[in-house]
Amino acid sequence: MTFHPLKSLGLAALLAGTIALPAWAETTLTAVMQAPLRSLDPHLSTAQIVRTHGFMVFETLLGMDADYQPQPQMADYVVSDDMLTYTLTLREGLMWHDGTPVTAEDCVASLMRWSQSDGSAKTMMQYVDSIEATSERELVIHMKSPFGPLLELLAKPSPIPAFMMPKRLADTPVGEQIPEIIGSGPFKFVADDYRPGDQAVYVKNEDYVPREEPASWTAGAKVVNVDRVVWQAMPDMQTSINAIQSGDVDLIEQVTIDLLPLLAMNDEVETGILNPLGAQVTGRFNHRLPPFDDPEVRKAAMYALDQETLMQTAIGNSEYYQLCPSIYGCEVPLASDVGAEYLEGSADERMAKAQELLAASGYDGTPVLMMQPTDLTVLTTQPIVAAERMREAGFTVEVASMDWSTLQSRKNGWQPVAEGGWNYFFTYWGVAGIWNPLVHSLINGSGDDNSWAGWPVNARMEELRADYLTAGTLDEQKQIAEEIQQIAWDDSFYFNAGEFKSVAAWRTELQDIQSGPITLFWGVHK
Amino acid sequence: MLSYFLRRLLMAIPVMFFVAVFVFLLLRLTPGDPAQAIAGDQASLAQLEAIRESLGLNEPLSVQFVTWIGQMLQGDFGRSLISDRPVLEMIGQRLGPTLALALVAMAMTLLIALPMGVLAAWRHGGMTDRLVMAVSVIGFSVPIFVIGYVLIGVFAVHLRWFPVQGYKALADGIGPFAHRIFLPGLALASIYIALISRMTRASMLEVLREDYVRTARAKGLPEGLVLFRHALRNAAIPILTVVGTGFAMMISGVVVTETVFNIPGLGRLVVDAVLARDYPLIQAIILLTAGTYVLINLAIDLSYALTDPRIRYQ
Repeated sequence: MTFHPLKSLGLAALLAGTIALPAWAETTLTAVMQAPLRSLDPHLSTAQIVRTHGFMVFETLLGMDADYQPQPQMADYVVSDDMLTYTLTLREGLMWHDGTPVTAEDCVASLMRWSQSDGSAKTMMQYVDSIEATSERELVIHMKSPFGPLLELLAKPSPIPAFMMPKRLADTPVGEQIPEIIGSGPFKFVADDYRPGDQAVYVKNEDYVPREEPASWTAGAKVVNVDRVVWQAMPDMQTSINAIQSGDVDLIEQVTIDLLPLLAMNDEVETGILNPLGAQVTGRFNHRLPPFDDPEVRKAAMYALDQETLMQTAIGNSEYYQLCPSIYGCEVPLASDVGAEYLEGSADERMAKAQELLAASGYDGTPVLMMQPTDLTVLTTQPIVAAERMREAGFTVEVASMDWSTLQSRKNGWQPVAEGGWNYFFTYWGVAGIWNPLVHSLINGSGDDNSWAGWPVNARMEELRADYLTAGTLDEQKQIAEEIQQIAWDDSFYFNAGEFKSVAAWRTELQDIQSGPITLFWGVHK
Repeated sequence: MLSYFLRRLLMAIPVMFFVAVFVFLLLRLTPGDPAQAIAGDQASLAQLEAIRESLGLNEPLSVQFVTWIGQMLQGDFGRSLISDRPVLEMIGQRLGPTLALALVAMAMTLLIALPMGVLAAWRHGGMTDRLVMAVSVIGFSVPIFVIGYVLIGVFAVHLRWFPVQGYKALADGIGPFAHRIFLPGLALASIYIALISRMTRASMLEVLREDYVRTARAKGLPEGLVLFRHALRNAAIPILTVVGTGFAMMISGVVVTETVFNIPGLGRLVVDAVLARDYPLIQAIILLTAGTYVLINLAIDLSYALTDPRIRYQ
């Protein structure tokens, strides 16, 4: 046997290289999210994708568990017997991603900024006397009068959660975006790798100390088991399906229902519902303009519309939608059957009732302008079906097609239709954004210019919404919530067009995926 | 030639100014609200108003326009209303993939379409000609996204020769770059292969009837030399014009290709910007695109003189 010194040297180098390789290899979870991430300030946006981004980087003082209960997260709390003083003590070891400690002063500044942008927090502030930092780790909220849902508000996951950030960022005026993304959460945002609308990258926060309680929604131990999470935007769903099948991505947050059969044939991909709350589709009347300024005409339209038909055309597969009269979502603590009479009977029977009511209302044939978004799959079909049902009932309906951005902007104006106004449109709400009368924007009965589009006016509704805030027990809250629901149906605030669940897909390499009101990236292994 | 070049560059200034005014006004007349894109669907009107105020959208249009033009004259294209990032930085992030895709597609087009067109003209009326014309009709008729999906289905999903999506920069290595750019490049090139092969064929057919081609053949020159040196060069001017306009059109064609193959390029950026009504970003992209068109047209005009010595610019 001949000895080849060069070959031996090469082999030795190769072996050395092999041995020198780390036993640890970086794990990256690549996900296609439901929308591209274009802005990053979680106090400024109600968009779901910004909220999910918020929970990656930032934390809330309290978290919401799967039983809809607020739980200590960044802080433990004590409530005085008279419900007027809330003392929150930050847990030890909390650090911002820039290496500075989290202080009570930071949290006070964050609460102040949050309360200027979130609607329900603004309401809360009417009951707050002061919020002050009493030490490095303790802050105290003094109330003018008891405010039942305060803890729930601090823990709420939607639409704008009470995220904490360093004071220097929280001092940014509320209309401006924060200049840096520095939180104290389980992931750090990698600003250098961020491409707005295309890619966002997060790395595990090695300094993060999780709580000891088991993880449950946004509460408990947020244990991160991957090193990097990459969010990739893919505007084309077929491309996403190809990518998960080839292993380019690990998770698709929302798969369109019609493409699910493509994944069903692949053993390496699982599908399921990660957000058990789902979303409710709502058809909104413009209460300021004819013909829907007349409650009798609105009621006729309510009978003309049909949950089953609308869900069938939009979602198709009944496994992923649910019909119920609850305006808070079908499976939340406040869900009830109040108002079910408006959904009773077959579609034909309800149409007959609609025709009868419309004839009796004296409707003069004023055209209904129904806005239809053409670039949002889940809301494209409802206006067409609804317009047809309304026409059958006797309405004159004109469907105006436009992109979602135009619709969103147009809905905010109440000028006559000829000058760019509107009469009716559909949108959808994550159930976490409507699950109680405090966060639910559609049941605002003040008619205030600044309230969410539609502007219904109902004094009794406003009394009840105020009563809900001071209700002491869950039973009391439920009773008020039911009366609110009855009014929402009776006065035709809007049409609840049914609830649907989003289906996620993930490769089988992913284990222990958590369910929650948003997609959670802690707990999961790859 | 130099004075002609400088004169054309000066003429571009009023063109660009007109484009700037037109785009600015058109965007402001388009319904939609950037504040809503930032705040999301559930935002209150008060929240939207606070955002509009901070973005300067409540200022009169004339003030907004003068501010924008003033910034641009200092080389500042502004910040994205939605992401709050410098517009030029965002374009810089996306320019590479789009340019790479367009250049690869154009290279593929020239490599495939020119020989196809020359061959078809040479074998005019024969099987080769008919085959080239058939391929050309298919290239024209089938939308790019269909060709993209077919290529993905066959070569990426079924054969697994290429990745299904994504982009690697040239800096990551020529191998990974070529591996990822090949299918999107081919998909984008398909329509231009059809266009340029037909144009080459038509132009070559005219030239092949000329006396000097007959003379070249009579002198006993090899057929390849006759076709590619004598005929193709003389047929080049209409082909160059189509290549130039084709390259400009390609910039719009990349939107679909980038979407199907998930390439983070300018095409997707501009669609995103339009959907979100991100005014400064749209304005900057359109101005840069208009500038590119102007420069490409200038380059094509100058190339005429290089291919045809009879053409001289004063």
